[in-house]
Amino acid sequence: MELVVCIKQVPDTETRIKIAADGKSIDITGINWVVSPYDENALEEALRIRETKGEGGVAVMTLGPERAASALRSCLALGADRAVHLQDPALEGSDSLGTARALAAAIRRSRFDLVLVGQQGVGTDNSQVGPMLAELLDIPHVNVVTKLEIANGKIRAHRQIEGAVEVVECPLPAVVTAQKGLNEPRYASLKGIMAAKKKPLERLGLQDLGLDAADVGAAGARNRWTRLELPPARQAGKILDGEPEESTAELVRLLRDEAKVI
Amino acid sequence: MDFRISEEAELILRELKEFGDSEIRPKARMHDEEQSFPKEVFSHLGKLGFMGIIFPQKYGGAGLSYIDYAAIIEELSRADGSVGLSIAAHNSLCSNHIYQFGTEDQKQKYLVPLARGEKLGAWSLTEPTAGSDAGGTRTTARKTGKGWILNGTKTFATHGGICDTAVVFAVTDPEKKKKGISAFILEKGMKGFLRGKKEDKLGCRASDTAEIVMNDCEVSAANLLGQEGQGFSNALHILDGGRISIAALGIGIARASLEASLSYSRRREQFGVPISSFQAIQWFLADMATGIDAARLLTFRAAQLKDMGRPVTLESSMAKLFASEVAVRSAETAVQIHGGYGYTKDYPVERFYRDAKICTIGEGTSEIQRLVIARQLLD
Repeated sequence: MELVVCIKQVPDTETRIKIAADGKSIDITGINWVVSPYDENALEEALRIRETKGEGGVAVMTLGPERAASALRSCLALGADRAVHLQDPALEGSDSLGTARALAAAIRRSRFDLVLVGQQGVGTDNSQVGPMLAELLDIPHVNVVTKLEIANGKIRAHRQIEGAVEVVECPLPAVVTAQKGLNEPRYASLKGIMAAKKKPLERLGLQDLGLDAADVGAAGARNRWTRLELPPARQAGKILDGEPEESTAELVRLLRDEAKVI
Repeated sequence: MDFRISEEAELILRELKEFGDSEIRPKARMHDEEQSFPKEVFSHLGKLGFMGIIFPQKYGGAGLSYIDYAAIIEELSRADGSVGLSIAAHNSLCSNHIYQFGTEDQKQKYLVPLARGEKLGAWSLTEPTAGSDAGGTRTTARKTGKGWILNGTKTFATHGGICDTAVVFAVTDPEKKKKGISAFILEKGMKGFLRGKKEDKLGCRASDTAEIVMNDCEVSAANLLGQEGQGFSNALHILDGGRISIAALGIGIARASLEASLSYSRRREQFGVPISSFQAIQWFLADMATGIDAARLLTFRAAQLKDMGRPVTLESSMAKLFASEVAVRSAETAVQIHGGYGYTKDYPVERFYRDAKICTIGEGTSEIQRLVIARQLLD
């Protein structure tokens, strides 16, 4: 079974984000870059499927600048067999659709049975690339998956919905987006890290992918970031005094009229 | 001079920081209080390859350099000094002695399972009558037709109570004093290989320290480690490398102390401002950071020389002496910055203070390090 995992390199979730001078991007100085946590679940699932089946390979792909290669190396250290880095000046500034187009073109270059991606990329949190990939590859997708079983050319996936779990079956090939709880990602072993350098890391540009520069990158972006603002500072909490009957009534009133949550 | 860890080690340190924060630190206080060995942590670390960091892959190790090893011990010790100490003792003392001086058969039989983390190692030179003075060794090995009979007691052995494999030293020829000491490999289950008293320690309490007792312990001729009579001189060579790892242990504890102090002094307010805005606190922080960097440079220099195959007696003693004193001072400063809270178990700095103290004692006290350094100067 051939597995493809698409990952995104994102700022460490503990980073204190600062807005850059242009007012519409983040200041990347001093940022510690990591693999988006949901993508770690996607990779872990692919590795487990390969280990259970005892055959097949795991290819890991990303679209990103030079520094994104270190995210691919981390995935190779965890056990992926090969990596593909989509890197081209024309791909820079891609929105979700441009990213999905480039990844779909790269995925089509080899045989594949299952594509796994994180259910969202931490930071921008659009949750779009997975479903878009499925559309572009013309295959089914199941998103926000917390349990995955594969048998007889079909997948059976559990997905979180409001207050319940939905169980979905679909034929392969397919796209699955991983939710937290799908598995517990492993740590890279020393052996894995030492072996990662010797594994193939292929770089593909626009021409290799057979894409038109007008469809991807900043040129093809359907949405653009116009302004970025930090969330407002959290306001001080309120403590309601008085007897429980009175304060409870006041709490209900505030939740309804002021916070408008009930 | 340029002391640089490998690209691989950088990735290892990143993984290790996460491993330390999620798997080691949350349980450190419990293991400290119970004085219990974190078996699950070591089983996990073993599977990841941390029980054979410096040994070639053909012996089940990861084949990393000593400079990478020092950086790894620092990172582990930042998470928990006990874990750093245990990994250091397992790697650079017990396993390394077998790697450096063992026969191919001994390496296959003992080093491979140690490096893979399937077995835990101890190494013990110290005796009730011998510490800084190894000449006081009383443990004897009597030659028989089949091998050796060992009798004696080793004290303060890291993993003495729980090890599967132990390297011990015994007098094989009393006439020759230090040149009459030989090393032996003991294996769990050997007749007469007994466990003595488990020590109740000030710090590094999650790292097992206990006596090893040999009571007519029968050891086959194949378990003599290195040449007969070379045990003490080989031990000194092993300690040269071991001291680098104790230096790294000290740096790790010092770093944990600094990180805790930075975080606390930014949050703790007095007179309406964070205490980090006071110069008194800033000077503490600046001195800690400077000491840590200086200690790391000394340690990386010694490790790099070792990687180059050069003698490191002087450099490793300097690194160990300086780093262990930086560790104690940094941990003490961290307690001071935390004030009353630092004196309680609600914050980890009191543990760092207790843990740090082992660095100035184990693998040669600070006084012995000064002696070693002075001898090198005067020779």
